[in-house]
Amino acid sequence: MGFSDSFRQNFIEDDRWKYLVNGLKTTLIITLFAVLLGMVLGFLVAIIRSTYLRTKKLLIPDLICRLYLTVIRGTPVVVQLLIIYFVIFGSVDVSKTFVAIIAFGINSGAYVAEIVRGGIMSIDVGQLEAGRSLGLNYRQTMMYIIMPQAIKNVLPALCNECIVLLKETSVAGYIAIEDLTRGGDIIRSITFAPFLPLLAVALIYLVVVILLTKLVGILERRLSANDRR
Amino acid sequence: MIDVKGLTKKFNRTVVLRNIDAHIEKGEKVVIIGPSGSGKSTFLRCLNLMERPTSGSIRFDGQEITGLREREIDPIRQRMGMVFQHFNLFPHLTIQRNITLAPVKLGLMTQEAADKKAKELLERVGLPDKAKAYPAQLSGGQKQRIAIARALAMNPEVMLFDEPTSALDPEMVGEVLSLMKQLADDGMTMVVVTHEMGFAKEVASRVLFMADGQILEENAPRQFFGNPKNPRLREFLSKVL
Repeated sequence: MGFSDSFRQNFIEDDRWKYLVNGLKTTLIITLFAVLLGMVLGFLVAIIRSTYLRTKKLLIPDLICRLYLTVIRGTPVVVQLLIIYFVIFGSVDVSKTFVAIIAFGINSGAYVAEIVRGGIMSIDVGQLEAGRSLGLNYRQTMMYIIMPQAIKNVLPALCNECIVLLKETSVAGYIAIEDLTRGGDIIRSITFAPFLPLLAVALIYLVVVILLTKLVGILERRLSANDRR
Repeated sequence: MIDVKGLTKKFNRTVVLRNIDAHIEKGEKVVIIGPSGSGKSTFLRCLNLMERPTSGSIRFDGQEITGLREREIDPIRQRMGMVFQHFNLFPHLTIQRNITLAPVKLGLMTQEAADKKAKELLERVGLPDKAKAYPAQLSGGQKQRIAIARALAMNPEVMLFDEPTSALDPEMVGEVLSLMKQLADDGMTMVVVTHEMGFAKEVASRVLFMADGQILEENAPRQFFGNPKNPRLREFLSKVL
């Protein structure tokens, strides 16, 4: 069978390309909302952790955060996904996409937290002291002085976390979500030809990642231009 | 204005300040000198509770401040300006925003009023054309003058200077000291930790010598430098003068 026959069989017949397009849509939706959830969780945890490290306040929340970080970073994301789907939401009827968003969001939050905490801790303690010496309270100093600088420093790392997350969602098929990877796999199971569907899946991921990387690059250049004033 | 009694500060087991008594009158310019590690910066940082004293009392305008809770300290700090060795300007904000941030966010001034005040302050510190610049574009001396303007924007009753010229290139020390002198002439109450003996002689109403966490001698500059009594101070002065 030639390439064009194989191409027709895998993608054109019965509109099989739709498995890939719908899969990509699902992958992007899961990634987008998981990133948002991960950012919210990550910033929260980072602020609690750095507040504890700098002021020795919030001991109990800090302990909870450390437990969260240890568990999430110490176990595979597939296992977390399965536990959240079969154990936590086992007896509840919720959409699988929703479960995936929760699982990947919680997972990503742990990594975002450590990135952001590193960013906050990298800001010279003199900045905090300058803010406090003017009479701003801790929250105001964080909000207007520390966080804007910290976020600028970690923005590239956060974007990379998004890229990693996009690829990690490829295990969503474990709970029978028809994401991009699963879409390719379904075509393979129909046509029994693994090469083209899997190649197509890989190419689509690659293109999306390259696009995102380009965006990060542009962003990074803009930010460093600010420093060289 | 500031009354310190029995002030002691320990970091873990290390005693940095031992039972210090000091009094700072309104309008006074108190200069603190001493070898490094003598506790002079720690003493200064205790005055606005950047460091929490281990024991002892600090009264500001009659109000005991050592026992205050975190959020009760903020209004006190608004009345005490502080200038740091490393300037600590906010690098992500323009000079104008550096100066106006605190008064605006604390609800003391509208942005317009604060901008106007910033303009006046920039005139006063001799940098009227830097409002839109960022800290990274300024020299060290300019940064420290902006840091002084930023503190003044809060209309403080007293200014605390923590080695304000120690991080500067020699040729920039003069511009900062002359601004501080101008501030002193305007009647500002000042507490200055410094190694600039010339400034102490010229501007101070009283000079304190600290070593080993204690004030070993304090006097008007003429007697302090002309007729030092404490042997540690004599030794110190023979090295630095």
